[in-house]
Amino acid sequence: MLTLLSGCNERQSMFATFGLTAERVAALTIFMVVAGALIFIAVMALSRHAIRAPENAISHTQGMRMVLWLGGIVPAVSLLALLIASLPLMRPLPVTAADLVVAVEGEQFWWRVRYPGPNGGAPVETANQIRVPVGQTVELRLTGADVVHSFWVPGLAGKMDMIPGRENRLVVRATEAGKYRGQCTEFCGLSHALMAFDVVAMEPAAFNRWLAAEARPAATQAAPGAALFEQYGCAACHAVRGTAAVARIGPDLTHFGARATAAAGILPMERQAVARFIRDAGDVKPGARMPTYAHMSAADSLQIADWLIGLRPTETRP
Amino acid sequence: MSLHDQDDPALRKAQEERLRAVWEAPKGLFFRWTDVNNNRVGNWYVVTAFGFMLFAGVLALIMRTQLAVPDNDLVSANTFNQLFTLHGSTMMFLFAVPMFEAVSIILLPQLLAARDLPFPRLSAFGYWSFLIGGVFVSGSIFFNAAPDGGWFMYPPLTTRTDLSGLGADIWMLGLSFIEVSSVAAAVELIVGVLKCRPPGMRLNLMPLYAWYILVVAVMILFAFPPLIAGDILFELERLLNWPFFDAERGGDPLLWQHLFWIFGHPEVYIVFLPSIALFAMLVPTFAQRHLLGYPWIVLAAVGTAFLSFGLWVHHMFATGLPNISLAFFSAASEAVAIPTAVQIFVLIGTLWAGRVVWSTPLLYAVGSLAIFVIGGLTGVMVAIAPFDWQAHDTYFIVAHLHYVLIGGTLLPLFGGLYYYWPLVTGKKLSDRMGRTAFWIMFAGANLTFFPMHLSGMFGMPRRVFTYPAELGIGGLNLMSTVGAYAFALGVLIVCIDLFRSPWRQKAGRNPWNAGTLEWLVTPENENWGVRSVPLIESRYPIWDQPDFVKKVDEGRFFLPDAEEGRRESIITTVLDSRPIAVIRLGTPSVLPMLTAIALGSVFILTTYHLYMAALVGAVATLGFVVAWLWTGTGEIPEKPEKPIGHGITLPLYISGSSSPGWWAMFITMMADATAFSGLVFGYFFYWTIHPEFPPSGPGLNGPGLFWPMVALGLAAAGWAATIGAREVNARGGTGAARLLLAIGIVASMAGIAAGLAGPWTSDLVPEQHVYPAIVWTLAIWTSAHSGVAAIMQSYTLARSVTGRLTPTYDAELRNISVYMHFMLLTAAVTYLTIGLFPVLA
Repeated sequence: MLTLLSGCNERQSMFATFGLTAERVAALTIFMVVAGALIFIAVMALSRHAIRAPENAISHTQGMRMVLWLGGIVPAVSLLALLIASLPLMRPLPVTAADLVVAVEGEQFWWRVRYPGPNGGAPVETANQIRVPVGQTVELRLTGADVVHSFWVPGLAGKMDMIPGRENRLVVRATEAGKYRGQCTEFCGLSHALMAFDVVAMEPAAFNRWLAAEARPAATQAAPGAALFEQYGCAACHAVRGTAAVARIGPDLTHFGARATAAAGILPMERQAVARFIRDAGDVKPGARMPTYAHMSAADSLQIADWLIGLRPTETRP
Repeated sequence: MSLHDQDDPALRKAQEERLRAVWEAPKGLFFRWTDVNNNRVGNWYVVTAFGFMLFAGVLALIMRTQLAVPDNDLVSANTFNQLFTLHGSTMMFLFAVPMFEAVSIILLPQLLAARDLPFPRLSAFGYWSFLIGGVFVSGSIFFNAAPDGGWFMYPPLTTRTDLSGLGADIWMLGLSFIEVSSVAAAVELIVGVLKCRPPGMRLNLMPLYAWYILVVAVMILFAFPPLIAGDILFELERLLNWPFFDAERGGDPLLWQHLFWIFGHPEVYIVFLPSIALFAMLVPTFAQRHLLGYPWIVLAAVGTAFLSFGLWVHHMFATGLPNISLAFFSAASEAVAIPTAVQIFVLIGTLWAGRVVWSTPLLYAVGSLAIFVIGGLTGVMVAIAPFDWQAHDTYFIVAHLHYVLIGGTLLPLFGGLYYYWPLVTGKKLSDRMGRTAFWIMFAGANLTFFPMHLSGMFGMPRRVFTYPAELGIGGLNLMSTVGAYAFALGVLIVCIDLFRSPWRQKAGRNPWNAGTLEWLVTPENENWGVRSVPLIESRYPIWDQPDFVKKVDEGRFFLPDAEEGRRESIITTVLDSRPIAVIRLGTPSVLPMLTAIALGSVFILTTYHLYMAALVGAVATLGFVVAWLWTGTGEIPEKPEKPIGHGITLPLYISGSSSPGWWAMFITMMADATAFSGLVFGYFFYWTIHPEFPPSGPGLNGPGLFWPMVALGLAAAGWAATIGAREVNARGGTGAARLLLAIGIVASMAGIAAGLAGPWTSDLVPEQHVYPAIVWTLAIWTSAHSGVAAIMQSYTLARSVTGRLTPTYDAELRNISVYMHFMLLTAAVTYLTIGLFPVLA
């Protein structure tokens, strides 16, 4: 039934669940929808009957008794029951010190993601994609860098705001491997609609291999694109670990090509699209802080795109 | 009871001539706009609010067109953000709330058989403020300068001047201006309900619409001021860089969210309860019986109002609250469903017990109830925090809130339009067009908003200017767009029906055979309201009191004449409505309009940082207010009392706690104190989020204990002098009273300086950290109040010196005493907080 409800959208729906919390909430939702529909039908049927009934069909006393029961007692009891049933879902999943902690920071209009380094190494920074191991509890530490954003992966769990000056926690546990999508849900400016990210739930072993690979420096080779990247000053904002680019203003691009999408979930990982974004980010994503390179030739932007798309950790290279 | 005088038709005709002359509306191209009568001002108000509704509806159509298909680029992100911000803000601030006030201004005097509201000029001032502020805010979109931060304007997106432009200032200052006029209208409506009822109409005989006006106006009184406090902090951050919401300098974006939603959630009920009130008037009419369970629905309305102030946090479930808050606010949010259900079942029970006369207004009532129930049920769903974490800020919420607002505000208003049109124009609207429009709007609303539940759950966030095709919600969105156009077609049919009205025949008097007082109105709709003010013995006097209409029309009740050529109304006691005075009401004047223009200029010029010009506007505002008060209030009557019929003689002057002026001051100061408590809440909110508060460091030390205590002492002196003046004046000591007032003026002026001296002389730099900023804010607020106190004391002294205030006629002195009580309270809280709290903490 849940699959049916999710319609054509298997990647970003509260019914296309792949997380423990989202599964429970989806079940609660179905229950509330059915109960609500029954209540609605009952109230409408009663109204219809009331309008058609002849004068004095009920006495004053009977009428007041109806108000007491249908307006007071029945709602009070059923709402109390609903509240009690939902209380366990208000408690976050329990976490232990051993659980994975992932820091996610919302920025206009992308996501900075940081994992603890494998085997106690330096933290691994990436952007615009979240990977979680299936069956394990993960604690997400959520912050907002500039304005309020909100982190929402409907298939995994409910949303949590990312507020400047505060750190919020969202505890999740994926139950099913797969590729999903999340999106910003607190209005955050011009391109609020264009602030999404990829979510990949992986088997724990695969996750560990991925994280180890992600921690490595970029698999870069001498290419025209690499030189152009330097020449156009891209390194002023971006980091590509293993090269001279170490800035942290924009998204980390170390293993850019291994991500499913570009520009925070809005462009396919494909050379024309990436090249267009490089040349005119403000057109693709209004309000983005990345400058427009009006003077950059199409050929140059394609070279840079080719180089960036080629940046994949050895393991994930086809 | 001697009724025989009124048996003489010639006498009655002469009385009618006099009443007509006294209540005649001003004429002329310009002077017609100086009218203050509730009929005329109410009509302007309704038409203007209706116009803003149509405007905001067109904005919605543009949005729906943009969202009809995925990845559309009909409008830019920038335009789209302005569209949804202005759509929501206009519907809430320029349509829903003003429309309630507009309808109430028209209806309340009729419901209470009063000739007008207690402060007709205040209604006119409210209207002009609303018009100026509304045009300023909504017109900004034509200059691509409309606010674009969403109707709840969350900082820091909206306070950072690098991320948001003039639009944010237009929103804050333009709407603050309108909030002031909303509070002014609320004051007037509350005083109207409490003090202007007809003799015999005890509280428990009041028509239900009057009860709801009272409840909703009280809600406005307590809900708007926290937003005004928020607006002040917001603009101080935008204009002066005081960091209230900037986390890097100790501020917190969440404080805005609290202040906004302490306003925002009651706001939902402020716009919804008037619809239940309309139902509570028209359902008994079409069930042809008394409403079943009058005390229940009144208590339920009061209960809803009360609970609505305890729910605001459910708009903030996703901000990372402690579990206990989640459970508490989930429970409180569920609980509000109970009084709402009681109100709905009271209406259903009335229909059940009565003989239902099917009609167009009833169709609207029942149809909107159906839509509202769906919105209520989804409301119960989103009150459950775990579900809200999924639904929050998605199209599910868009669906929910539109079901509530269309079922709970818009369609009921159309129902009310069809019901009350004969009351305003003497003519009925077309049943056929009304029903056609209803079914088109009903289908359109469901087609628009039902699919949004699904698109939200399938991953569509709110406030997105586009969405990718891969989400698979294109079909649902296309349905919504088609539905929106259908809804617009329904509204268009209603508009056509309205435009055809002038060519229709007059309907008879009381065409629905209703039982409540407003239907005393004749198709000619005389400005005087009722021919004579009746004695009320029943909730449905037209049905229950024998020969009621005839007696009213023949002037056989109270005040059937205007011998002195003055506009008059009876003042009664709050609880049991005993007549205690006749007051003279304000007459047409250009002053309310001028005051609104001057005050509007202060807000508008500040938006453009033209501070000197704004200051000129402020001085002009003060001048107009003083001129208005001096010439239009506190007039000593030419004789102490007059007969109102039936051997009853009432005084023509009233002062102290039974007078409307005293109540207006008291109620205004309740709103003022609420806004102030919003600022104090801010101070202690920062204390809770900072481990060290007040913080230490350069620029953060102050304001010390000395100057705050001096300021508090001066406030106490100003208070004591004023109260002393009131007492000695009442005992005939005019000279001593004047001396005391002069001392009071000096104390208040010194209080301004002493209040500011604390932060001024100590090391407090407001741009540096939120602590100095909030201390400065509290000190400025309180010093400004000292300044107002000095103005009031000077005004009263001038009244006394010019002989307009005497030991007998001392309303001004009693009214400013109320102000001084609140002034002392404000000074005590401010100076103990900023002076003493750092010592304790």
